[in-house]
Amino acid sequence: MQLFDFNGGVTPEYHKEASTQSPIAVSPAPSRNGLKNFLVIPLHQSIGGTPRPLVSAGDRVLKGQRIGAADGDMSSAVHASTSGQVVAVEMRRMPHPSGLSALCVVIEADGRDEWIARQPFDYHQHTAAETRDYLRDAGVVGLGGAVFPTHLKISPGKGGKLDTLIINGAECEPFITCDDLLMRERAEAIIQGVVILRDLLAAGRALIGIEDNKPQALAAMTAAVQAGGHQDMAVVAVPTRYPAGGAKQLIRVLTGIEVPHGKRSTDYGVQCFNVGTAYAIHEAINLGQPLISRIVTVAGNVAAPRNYAALIGTPLHTLLANSQPLPDTDRLIMGGPMMGITLPGDEVPVVKATNCILVGSPRLFPPPPPEMPCIRCGECAKACPADLQPFELYWFSRAKIFGKAQEYHLFDCIECGCCAYVCPSHIPLVDYYRFAKSEIWANESEKAAADQAREQYEFRQLREAREAQEKAARLAARTAAGRAAATNALAMAPVTAPAATSAAASAVTSAATPVTEPAQTPSPQAALIAAALERARAQQVQPANTTNLTPEQQAEIAAIEARRAQIRTQAHPHLPPDD
Amino acid sequence: MNNSPYLRQATSVQSVMLRVLFALLPGIAAYVWFFGAAIVLQIVLASLTALAAEALVLHLRGKPLAIFLTDGSALVTAWLIALSFPPLAPWWLVVLATMIAIIVAKHLYGGLGQNPFNPAMVAFALMIVAYPQFMSRWPGTDAIDFATQWQIIFGLHANQALDALTMATPLDALRTALHSTNATTVTVASALAHNPAIGLMAGRGWEWIAAGHLIGGLWLVQQRIITWHLPTAFLATLFLLAGLASTINPSEFAGPLFHLFGGGAMLAAFFIVTDPVSAATTPYGKLIFAAGVALLTWIIRSFGAYPDGIAFAVLLMNIAVPLIDMATQPRVFGHKKNGSNHHG
Repeated sequence: MQLFDFNGGVTPEYHKEASTQSPIAVSPAPSRNGLKNFLVIPLHQSIGGTPRPLVSAGDRVLKGQRIGAADGDMSSAVHASTSGQVVAVEMRRMPHPSGLSALCVVIEADGRDEWIARQPFDYHQHTAAETRDYLRDAGVVGLGGAVFPTHLKISPGKGGKLDTLIINGAECEPFITCDDLLMRERAEAIIQGVVILRDLLAAGRALIGIEDNKPQALAAMTAAVQAGGHQDMAVVAVPTRYPAGGAKQLIRVLTGIEVPHGKRSTDYGVQCFNVGTAYAIHEAINLGQPLISRIVTVAGNVAAPRNYAALIGTPLHTLLANSQPLPDTDRLIMGGPMMGITLPGDEVPVVKATNCILVGSPRLFPPPPPEMPCIRCGECAKACPADLQPFELYWFSRAKIFGKAQEYHLFDCIECGCCAYVCPSHIPLVDYYRFAKSEIWANESEKAAADQAREQYEFRQLREAREAQEKAARLAARTAAGRAAATNALAMAPVTAPAATSAAASAVTSAATPVTEPAQTPSPQAALIAAALERARAQQVQPANTTNLTPEQQAEIAAIEARRAQIRTQAHPHLPPDD
Repeated sequence: MNNSPYLRQATSVQSVMLRVLFALLPGIAAYVWFFGAAIVLQIVLASLTALAAEALVLHLRGKPLAIFLTDGSALVTAWLIALSFPPLAPWWLVVLATMIAIIVAKHLYGGLGQNPFNPAMVAFALMIVAYPQFMSRWPGTDAIDFATQWQIIFGLHANQALDALTMATPLDALRTALHSTNATTVTVASALAHNPAIGLMAGRGWEWIAAGHLIGGLWLVQQRIITWHLPTAFLATLFLLAGLASTINPSEFAGPLFHLFGGGAMLAAFFIVTDPVSAATTPYGKLIFAAGVALLTWIIRSFGAYPDGIAFAVLLMNIAVPLIDMATQPRVFGHKKNGSNHHG
């Protein structure tokens, strides 16, 4: 098969051997030795809305029971990972660098690991929409790291069918081996998931891309495809070069198609799913098991690197106990060394996005040497898989020339880290891009908020003006009517009451007309609008109320900003390489 | 705490600069072989001046000394000045030139990475305008002993004897011959035929220095310190222009090999137009930039008032770099057109 190439990329040391020596282990065994095991299951584990809790403290839950219902279609359900009692629904620290908290369901495991009634879902007997709803309620999301709800990706492109379904088993980040082990040990189940995806997407063919540094996974997957007799599937060894596992890069390598930033890949006849996601689909559809566990690599500065089938919600200290972090451990990273995030502590739980817990040490990841000025050597541009000019983006981001940064396609950056990896000046380039992106988002949302406020203000001004006019009109009418009635009573005393009423009515009409008339002619109202606009404009250029703040207020604003940034990162996925 | 990526390639500005210095060694060795050790003395003078000037400005700017003094960038500037200046020039000329390069051309523009002009070329251009008489003190190949060279550099030698010891460069010799009073009868061939400075392809000795720079430069390409674009575009353009002109009018225009090996073309191709800070950065931009330098060099050499026009050519093209870079932005992944904001 003809393979294509993508520009750039790097070949760091892979460090994948250590964690692939032993098979996948189960972690943790619920309630061993009479010790209490708690699972902390965050409700918000995917892109999209936060599921609303379906349980409260004191409830008994079964393994696989839905505890969080998807909030609309752009969301995904969450489930109890084992049976036990809900002890709290409360804010707990998230596996996120900010260390901020989010709503979690805390379950005390009863050790019985009692399942709900599991029913396979025959998708042949259901409509596509029903199947999508089923997967949403089964909590299936992309397990490559981006945790995008899978049901939203299961719709064929134009013409109701897809040319090529791409299954991502590249796993290009150093240290991470969860997909490798999953493919080695559960290839047939993955292929069953691929069959489901192929059927749902009406895909012409399925290509399973695996980096050629995983010969055992390649062999196992090839054997599974052959055993299933799938003529329309092919397992393809792709050259090992980070970030070959980036969805866009893998699509390019396998099909030659470049999916631009911000476009749906189905519009280009391709769709890409991670092997772990295919496995989760198989479990959900064929076994009736929602997504309650995933394979997690524990690697780096540990005595026994290994892969674990970990329940969602397992606190990291429980997960790490078996692998024994070494004494000089200085950090925990979720993900790999190129794109992973530093975690705030070891009590945060395993979530659906946790493909790897990389235990760091100063020896493994020494602090970066001092940052030097950029010498425009262009190494970053050579390494950039998006064909950007990272040093230009760095310059614009640093100088806060955000318009230029966007012009130079800042948002095409996938934050893979190749540029910073090769930079001889040790510039944390990706940090500058993250900063620029968040500033631009903040500006945009501020602008949107200001626009909305201005519109509301203008509307209120108009309404008040209209109400004032109407009030004046009513007042004038009443006065005129009263005066007319009085005059009539004086002039024609014997006239009956109905006549007086009609006269008053005509007086109302005649009195009201001069008042209401101007409302239909443009001049005064236009003046009002102009004045309102003027006021709004004046208000806009007035200094914001964010000057001269107390430290407390500043701290509060910083917290809000951080929270906003967190929401934003979740709302704007920069698809990590292993999606 | 730092953010991803946590892995970094073992590389640094210092390692880049040191490899550039290393790549200059073959050319320097050839220089010493043919023209004596004066060049080494000039390199030492320039290096000491560069480090002193760098330390002074860094101190005045309140920058950390240790990191920036050891980054090697000042030494690269110093060595390039020494290698492009006549080795028998008085000591103060190189010292002054280096100070101007470091203090004015580099630091007044913002220091490492910020200078729009190549500092070594700024120094060269200023000195050849201000002190043309000292900028022609090129040694002959009849090896002068180091003691005499030392005396000339430090002004201890009688000036009237200098003419016997210095010699025009090949480019200069050709220019003088072609532009002399009886220039009508002189052709390129006759000018070069009886000149002791002329060797196999170009200048005797000079061609070997050029070969040394070629070897060092190719090593830099192999080390991925520089890309092929700049040297190839520069040398190819110069070769084509000189080839075309000398084919049309062989009596007036020197041939391509003479241009490539007779002056500073090889040094410029691999060490001067490749200065990342002041050169264009995009692949097409690099081709345009280097071709422009070659075109201007050839024009100045063939029609201008200076024997070698590389410094002026480089500076003129440095001005155009922002425009060139802007106009040659590469196609971004997934986008159709260069520089387009529209997806598709």
